Amino acid sequence: MISITRNIGKVVILFLNNTGNFFIFFTKILQSFFKPWYFKNIINQMIFIGYFSLPVVSLTSFFTGGALALQIYYGGNQFNSEAIVSSIVALGITRELGPVLGGIVVAGRVSSAIAAELGTMKVTEQIDALKTLSADPISYLIVPRIISGIIMLPILIIFADIIGIMGGWFIGIQSLGFNGSVYIQNTIDFLEVNDISSGLIKASFFGFIITIMGCYQGFNSSGGAQGVGKATTNAVVSASVLILASNYIMTNLFFAS
Amino acid sequence: MITIENLHKYFENKKVLNGVSLNIEEGTSSVIIGGSGTGKSVLIKCILGLLTPEEGRISIKNNFIFENGKFKKNSKIKIGMLFQGGALFDSLRIWQNVSFYNIQNGKNKKFCFEDAILNLEKVGLSSDVVNLYPSELSGGMQKRVALARAISIKPDIIFFDEPTTGLDPISADVINKLIIEKVRDIGATSLTITHDMSSARTISDKIHMLHNGKIIWEGNKDTIESTDNPFVVQFINGLSEGPIN
Repeated sequence: MISITRNIGKVVILFLNNTGNFFIFFTKILQSFFKPWYFKNIINQMIFIGYFSLPVVSLTSFFTGGALALQIYYGGNQFNSEAIVSSIVALGITRELGPVLGGIVVAGRVSSAIAAELGTMKVTEQIDALKTLSADPISYLIVPRIISGIIMLPILIIFADIIGIMGGWFIGIQSLGFNGSVYIQNTIDFLEVNDISSGLIKASFFGFIITIMGCYQGFNSSGGAQGVGKATTNAVVSASVLILASNYIMTNLFFAS
Repeated sequence: MITIENLHKYFENKKVLNGVSLNIEEGTSSVIIGGSGTGKSVLIKCILGLLTPEEGRISIKNNFIFENGKFKKNSKIKIGMLFQGGALFDSLRIWQNVSFYNIQNGKNKKFCFEDAILNLEKVGLSSDVVNLYPSELSGGMQKRVALARAISIKPDIIFFDEPTTGLDPISADVINKLIIEKVRDIGATSLTITHDMSSARTISDKIHMLHNGKIIWEGNKDTIESTDNPFVVQFINGLSEGPIN
């Protein structure tokens, strides 16, 4: 009984300790936003987070759009709902699947890379070296990554939305015998600005989650290669879970009324 | 130059520094020796402000930089540091590593590039390496680049953390000689931590021994061989039997 209580206590203390450390870290980042920005680092990170994630995000959303079109068609066929395939694909991709799947794919690619890079810098004393050379590591390493994440995720998701809808269109005309121009016209008629903008706001927040989780885990890693590996796993897992949880909250906020 | 008074540092329940007091005179080369895990690196990181001690005071040039549990900024004093593994930035080229401080301070690219070449020449490296990345250099060359980066800021004080660790005896001797020469050239005060006695004897004017979080012996390098302090005798002779477990 005592050992169970002790273990629960340990978990609670660890949770409170991590939460406290995260908020201290977050406060330091907020303070660093008001210091001079390293524009070259921001551009480099934009290229890394945005440009280099484009192929994997495009492939994911193309196949998701195609699979979604098939599911709606086969599900809806029983109720003669063929006509709504294009509109539901468009809604599903722009509101939910584009930002969420795009976010999770980028979390897997970017959050892990950030955690591994910063974690390695931490254990090889490169972060200490930055401090001794009068460079603030938060301004130099973390702020550029977070700014890039917030800016580049919505841009990636615009591409993901277009390619996802095109995935549905491609499967629609190739496999389901739809008319291509009617499909596009239905999509344009059905989509509203709010559907797209809500997805982009979500994407921006996911960009923040992905980069801050990578930075936090990497910056606080310790214990050599094993510690870096642990930080990388924690970054991806925590970013993915937070994306899904925050997506639910934001969907409620945007569409519940 | 550097005065440390009653410095304490704990990690969770482990006391690493237990009232360290130390005085390093201006223009001298001091070496702190001690076994692994005795707190040498922690001490140097406390002086640099990379770790925050729990108690004690640190002053540089009669200005307290750490007092009442808080660090104070003193931008007038430049401090260089040679880290144990070099700590070169993997993603930057050699010249960008060496001129990092100048680049951050807005100096133009041409100046930074030429200054990097000059500093690399000072540590015996040719301009062939300027556009390489750290991973393309050997351990000894990386240490030289790290030394070039440390001296490039023209520091008042320079710290060396295990400068010869991981190097073969010849490369270690080259680094030791470079340290002596370059510290003399820039007129800096230096503090080295090492457990390499050959390096300590070569570099130092004064040696301090750290054990169990306290300075237990200090003196000129000539006197270390004749001391009867059992801890020092065991350490410098590398004996497995003695008061150090």
